[in-house]
Amino acid sequence: MTVNKARLIQGNQACAEGAIAAGVTFFAGYPITPSTEIAEIMSEELPKIGGKFIQMEDEIGSMACILGASLTGKKVLTASSGPGISLKQEAIGYASMAEIPCVIVNVQRLGPSTGGPTSTAQGDIMQARWGTHGDHPIIALCPATVKECFDLTVKAVNFAEKFRTPVYVLLDEIIGHMREKVILPNKEDIEIVDRKRPSTKPGDYKPYRTDESLIPEMADYGTGYKWHVTGLHHDETGFPTTKPALVEKLMNRLMSKLDKYKEEILLWQEESTDDAEVLIVAYGSTARSALDAVEKLREAGIKVGLFRPITIWPFPEEALARLAANVKGVIVPEMNYGQLYLEVERICKDKCKTSGLFKANSEPITPDEIIAKVREVL
Amino acid sequence: MAVNIRNLPDQELFYGHKACPGCGGAIVARLALKVLGERTCVVLPASCISSVTTIYPQMSFFVNSLTSSFPASAAVLSGMAAACKAQGLEDVTVMGLAGDGGTIDIGLQALSGAVERGDNFLYICYDNEAYMNTGIQRSGLTPYGAWTTTTPTNNNAVGETKFKKNLFEIMMAHRIPYCATASVAYPNDLLNKIAKAKEIKGPKVLHVQAPCPTGWGHGSEKTVEIGKLAVQTGLWYLAEYENGKVTLNYKPKEFKPVKEYFTKQRRFCHLTEEDFRVIEEHRDNEWKILENFLRKDE
Repeated sequence: MTVNKARLIQGNQACAEGAIAAGVTFFAGYPITPSTEIAEIMSEELPKIGGKFIQMEDEIGSMACILGASLTGKKVLTASSGPGISLKQEAIGYASMAEIPCVIVNVQRLGPSTGGPTSTAQGDIMQARWGTHGDHPIIALCPATVKECFDLTVKAVNFAEKFRTPVYVLLDEIIGHMREKVILPNKEDIEIVDRKRPSTKPGDYKPYRTDESLIPEMADYGTGYKWHVTGLHHDETGFPTTKPALVEKLMNRLMSKLDKYKEEILLWQEESTDDAEVLIVAYGSTARSALDAVEKLREAGIKVGLFRPITIWPFPEEALARLAANVKGVIVPEMNYGQLYLEVERICKDKCKTSGLFKANSEPITPDEIIAKVREVL
Repeated sequence: MAVNIRNLPDQELFYGHKACPGCGGAIVARLALKVLGERTCVVLPASCISSVTTIYPQMSFFVNSLTSSFPASAAVLSGMAAACKAQGLEDVTVMGLAGDGGTIDIGLQALSGAVERGDNFLYICYDNEAYMNTGIQRSGLTPYGAWTTTTPTNNNAVGETKFKKNLFEIMMAHRIPYCATASVAYPNDLLNKIAKAKEIKGPKVLHVQAPCPTGWGHGSEKTVEIGKLAVQTGLWYLAEYENGKVTLNYKPKEFKPVKEYFTKQRRFCHLTEEDFRVIEEHRDNEWKILENFLRKDE
């Protein structure tokens, strides 16, 4: 077995390499800061492995393009940021509804609107959950290191394929542009998941028929299986329906299919939580400041721990609730005006007090700010 | 009255910008406002020109300016133009100034709609042939053979494999009152086209080639030289469409070899004789199409 060399690379590059390692061979995108490096790397690397890079005419086109490609059986990725992610929302909802596997990397920049293209932020947490209209399933993963950008992009591709859903990889600008030493895994050590292909003959294929797995089998366009894909409510044949009972059956399945796999989907990190009196809930680059704060406070004899949701959506609710039952207070530092705070507060409200530490001015939250907040809460 | 450099006003309505030295886009902005004057409202999408002109307190536009969302410039112009009309503001020019990507890619739908409605605005596309503001990615107006960060040239790849979309013909197909191509290297031609457009009611679109030293890889003192070579080699033409008629404003007696244009820019340094042949063939075809339009009008 060869041991891979240590390299110094950017979060955006780790994302691109993770996608390729996971089997992505199709990328469509549009230039936008701070995610452009992902497109640039894909334009260089994908042709080398027989993959396809397309620079589209806009963000809506980029999102729709990868859905078309995914239907032919490709593993697909797009990357964008801020206004670009807003423009993609309709097609992301379409992917949720029609259950088309795809991965969207969002390198978060400071909004709203054009905001700060080169400024860091975590302001798209609620957009990731509810950006497109209507109830829909979604997965969002949030790396805090460059290595994790690689690992979670691999996971995102696998989740998209396995659960037939759009998956966000939510970076923030710091994580996207930060360079760190990484040793990436060997190809043979990377788990790769493929979507479930039809077990029936073309004539018997019902594209949205499911068993107890709740995940329908997916035939590649162009292989003899003829089926219709629509953003309208549909029955198991794939054709539109307005019958309330069938609409409800579809919606119930869509809204519960990820629940069934939450043990696999929900990822989080706990640090020094065993005897913690105060719990910090932080994610992305803010979790790095939080970890530093935990170490410094522990040196000072203050019992504080970190809960870092890696899967942001669906949120690891039970894990947090368990920890919240044993602490005096929970602090949520985030680079927005309190988006994940709302979720944390909802989960913790009968157990302890939740406080927020919010900053959305293009500067990261520092360990000292978190330490001051912990002292205030204690 | 014909405009020329001598009778331009001394008043500067565009200065103090942070564009790269030799920026063609900045020349377009300055010259346009010389002709259009103070009663102008400017709409810019995300672009180089908005990034380098709106850094407080060094605001470079001495008229009202608005940085719109990327796809929306022409739609914003529509709203402004319609509202100006409703208020009887007849002496106001509503001008869009957008780059090539903001016009031909993400902005094309809005531009098509605004032109179709016949709103009274002037839209200028300064074409530096790639998304320069985000660091040189290809656009629908990047020429064949150009290196950009998303059209790499490693492993003998040619770079951009598509030819430029023809905005002039796209606008002609909308039967617009006035549209034209121009170049920053031919300022008299450009100024007169802007002056003409100012007097015409309805939508007017100018497509202006604007060399970019940073993205094209040439010296900042070469902007005009490169712009002239583009026209003299026939790779860019100066034409206008008015009242359904196409006019050619400048015809080189014979084309200079395209090689002269390409070898002066780093973005083309990988091109081979075979590439030049492909490009010349395409150029000749484009001229045939243009000459057909000219003949029809005779």
